[in-house]
Amino acid sequence: MTQAPLFHQITDFANRANPYPLYEELRKNPVLHEEEGGPYVFSSYWDIEALLHDPRISSDAANLAAGDDELSGPEATGLPPSFIRLDPPEHDRLRRIANSSFGPPHRPRRIDNMRGELGEIVTGLIDGFGDARQIDLVDQFAYPFPVTVICRLLGVPREDEPRFRAWVDPIVAGLDPDSRTSAESQRTAQEARLQLGMYLNGLVEQRAKEPRDDMLSDLVNSHGPDGAMTTMEVLSTAVLLLIAGHETTVNLITNGMLTLLRHPDILQRLSQDPGLSVKIVEELLRYEPPVQIVPQRTNITDIEVRGVTIPKGSRIWLVLAAGNRDPERFTDPERFDPDRGDIQHLGFGSGIHSCFGAPLARLETQIALSELARRLENPRLVADPPPYRQNAVLRGPRHLEIAFDGLRQAA
Amino acid sequence: MPADHVDWLRREGRIVIVGASLAGLRAAETLRAEGFAGELTLIGDEPYEPYDRPPLSKSVLLGKASPHRTELPHRREIDAKWRLGVAATGLDLSAKRVKLADGDEVEYDRLLIATGVRARPWLKADEARLDGVCLLRTRDDAADLYQRLKAGPRRVFVIGAGFAGSEVASACREMGVPVTVAERAGAPLVGALGGVIGAVAADLQTENGVDLRPHVTVTSLEGDPVGRVRAVHLSDESVVEVDVVVVSLGSVRNTDWLTGSGLGAGPRGIACDAGCRAFDFRGIVTDDVFVAGDVARSPHALFGYQFLSLEHWGNAVAQAETAAHNMICHGADRRPHLWMPAFWSSMFGVNIKSVGVPPMGDQLMITQGSLAERRFVGVYGYQGRVIAAVSFDNTRWLEFYARQIERGAPFPVEFPTMDRRPEGRQPVAADFPDPSLPTHGPTVTLTGYSPADQQLVFHPARH
Ligand SMILES: Cc1cc2nc3c(=O)[nH]c(=O)nc-3n(C[C@H](O)[C@H](O)[C@H](O)COP(=O)(O)OP(=O)(O)OC[C@H]3O[C@@H](n4cnc5c(N)ncnc54)[C@H](O)[C@@H]3O)c2cc1C
Repeated sequence: MTQAPLFHQITDFANRANPYPLYEELRKNPVLHEEEGGPYVFSSYWDIEALLHDPRISSDAANLAAGDDELSGPEATGLPPSFIRLDPPEHDRLRRIANSSFGPPHRPRRIDNMRGELGEIVTGLIDGFGDARQIDLVDQFAYPFPVTVICRLLGVPREDEPRFRAWVDPIVAGLDPDSRTSAESQRTAQEARLQLGMYLNGLVEQRAKEPRDDMLSDLVNSHGPDGAMTTMEVLSTAVLLLIAGHETTVNLITNGMLTLLRHPDILQRLSQDPGLSVKIVEELLRYEPPVQIVPQRTNITDIEVRGVTIPKGSRIWLVLAAGNRDPERFTDPERFDPDRGDIQHLGFGSGIHSCFGAPLARLETQIALSELARRLENPRLVADPPPYRQNAVLRGPRHLEIAFDGLRQAA
Repeated sequence: MPADHVDWLRREGRIVIVGASLAGLRAAETLRAEGFAGELTLIGDEPYEPYDRPPLSKSVLLGKASPHRTELPHRREIDAKWRLGVAATGLDLSAKRVKLADGDEVEYDRLLIATGVRARPWLKADEARLDGVCLLRTRDDAADLYQRLKAGPRRVFVIGAGFAGSEVASACREMGVPVTVAERAGAPLVGALGGVIGAVAADLQTENGVDLRPHVTVTSLEGDPVGRVRAVHLSDESVVEVDVVVVSLGSVRNTDWLTGSGLGAGPRGIACDAGCRAFDFRGIVTDDVFVAGDVARSPHALFGYQFLSLEHWGNAVAQAETAAHNMICHGADRRPHLWMPAFWSSMFGVNIKSVGVPPMGDQLMITQGSLAERRFVGVYGYQGRVIAAVSFDNTRWLEFYARQIERGAPFPVEFPTMDRRPEGRQPVAADFPDPSLPTHGPTVTLTGYSPADQQLVFHPARH
């Protein structure tokens, strides 16, 4: 029997529920290049960490060797790439402007001040389980929670969720390296980005006239040392934040609850001590990171890694989830252990593209998991493994059925 | 030494640490973490538990952190005898005793010296005593200076534009206090980063409203009849009226107490081997006295075995951990302290970070970003290899350059890098001042002979 190349097995949906044995295979050959024109796949912690800080590695699709870039290059009618697909200095400028309305030094407390609000949303969603004794955690909690949060933060009406979801799904599908080969799905994704951008444009125009205390208003009215974003830049940034602001957190929360249900002793500890959620979330980001692969890098010159020359313009995949379980980096890496002291995981990436929303994602997941642990009586998995989403990059269960005996009172 | 001696030492030996600050505390924690069960004594002349210094010239001066709340977090229980508020005054190497200012003596089986450095005071003692003439090294210094800044002085005068002086100037401007900075060299930070980067720092200061006076020295401080400082006289004959003077002329190593002890200790620090074992004055390594932190100077393989003194926070931590490890293990398990030098600072809203040893570099290349935008990475070259890098608001790339230094990557940097501008295509002279001229606070002191610099002719004595 001939085996498909490893990198195809990773994107193969059949292996979605447990890709970790494949990642172990990958690490045996830390610089893997199986197919002419295929990606160079990196899976060791130190290599990934180094490549994320390497100024010869680009996130801009235009630097891919000819043939690959037409898929993701901006079309005449498309939105310009968001900062996640740009290199310095453009990347830095756009990310700084976005950050000035989100984090320190300008808004150091924006996220922390949301603590109370996040708690209320979580309480409301859990109360909403009502008398049910079984729920789908994804549809009833892990999805609506971050969506509500990102909508409030950006200033997007929550009621519009069904509308923008229709665009978000194809955009996210376009991130799946499996569909990379399909020009069709790339076009659909581009089209959906444009649609979503046009929808957001309505809100942005309104905020230009009547600013409110939300990020859309800040983005349109930015006048910092970096100047203003153009309208198109505002739109691609808003599309990015809207999508990245919830798609990953859904998985982090769901993967988190799944992992806790598989480790009832830790779930039990968390139900007694919400403070443990900080360590649990860090360990989750290592153990089951919501972004498993960064498939969008290329090198602007020939580089050498472990004696292998990677020709300029190659596709580079950084398998974060494999690096996170690299035994050269972590002792007992396959064990979920929130008590490990040393935890410098790759869950949020590293370097200039390290996750913009990390402080928010952390806080959301901490609150979500500690509240679920506290309020669900005797929770248990209905199916293990649960059904997974198609995506290999943003990996997580599509549904997570949980049975329980009742709800404890909200605090 | 018999192996069982080490076992005995780990079980019931006595370890004394002199200097109860960053390096001292981290060493104590490491000793316990690695299983040292004997008696541990920490001696410190300051009356406080170990605290962190970097915030003193940053958030503390801005009132964003209380000078009383900068204690270093304890990473574990260390179960030590603390002798705080009492200085060590002498060392008897053969009797293995530390003498204390209160007359006590403490015996040790192993000693760690981590006495750091102190701020170099203004050279004229009577002027240095004027009210309003400040130093900035300790928590008390910072509390005092903060009160003075808060009181809204007419003008603050900073003598010396090294990192510490520049950070003070930055804090003044952020608080709206007028400030003048005098610097012997042509620009701020030249001792640490050279003239090219210094010019950027100069722009940064003047654009933020600092009255920067390069190429001058302070000749005298003038007091009023009640003994408060009121004016500063400069070598260019100008006079500046002030209420506060911050003397920021670099540091003096705390080795005086070792005078006559027979240890290889002096104004340049205490020489030790790569395993942190102190040398005696004959250049023979001791086996029971170890050194770590700002007071140490040790050879580094990556930098031609130069003896480096690094006034870097991260070095104090790493060297303390290595020293502690080596103090309680067998010879073959000892580790060398080969830490990649790394230093950070922040001023006028810019994050500055360096890796490697910039003052060793003679050439510089801006490989990313641009000097004009004050957002860049600069790479220093020395004899055809990458020896250091500095970033302004670009910290996240430095890991890459640290690895380039580690592998002795060639300089000039030929390969393309993201965001390389035309100005970064060719190396330029890094423009460090003549090392024989005194500049303050380079934060790195090179005190060994470079192997490339072997003019030294050695004539062994004949018997
Ligand atoms: C204001 C300021 C800002 C700084 N900012 C930065 C920065 O941004 N980045 C960076 O990398 N580094 C910075 N540093 C440097 C960093 O703080 C030092 O590298 C670090 O504190 C060194 O630790 P150490 O334990 O070796 O020495 P120290 O912290 O100096 O500790 C030595 C201790 O020993 C005591 N001592 C001295 N002699 C005796 C004696 N005879 N008996 C008993 N005790 C004695 C001293 O009083 C002191 O408490 C800064 C330093 C200062 C002062």
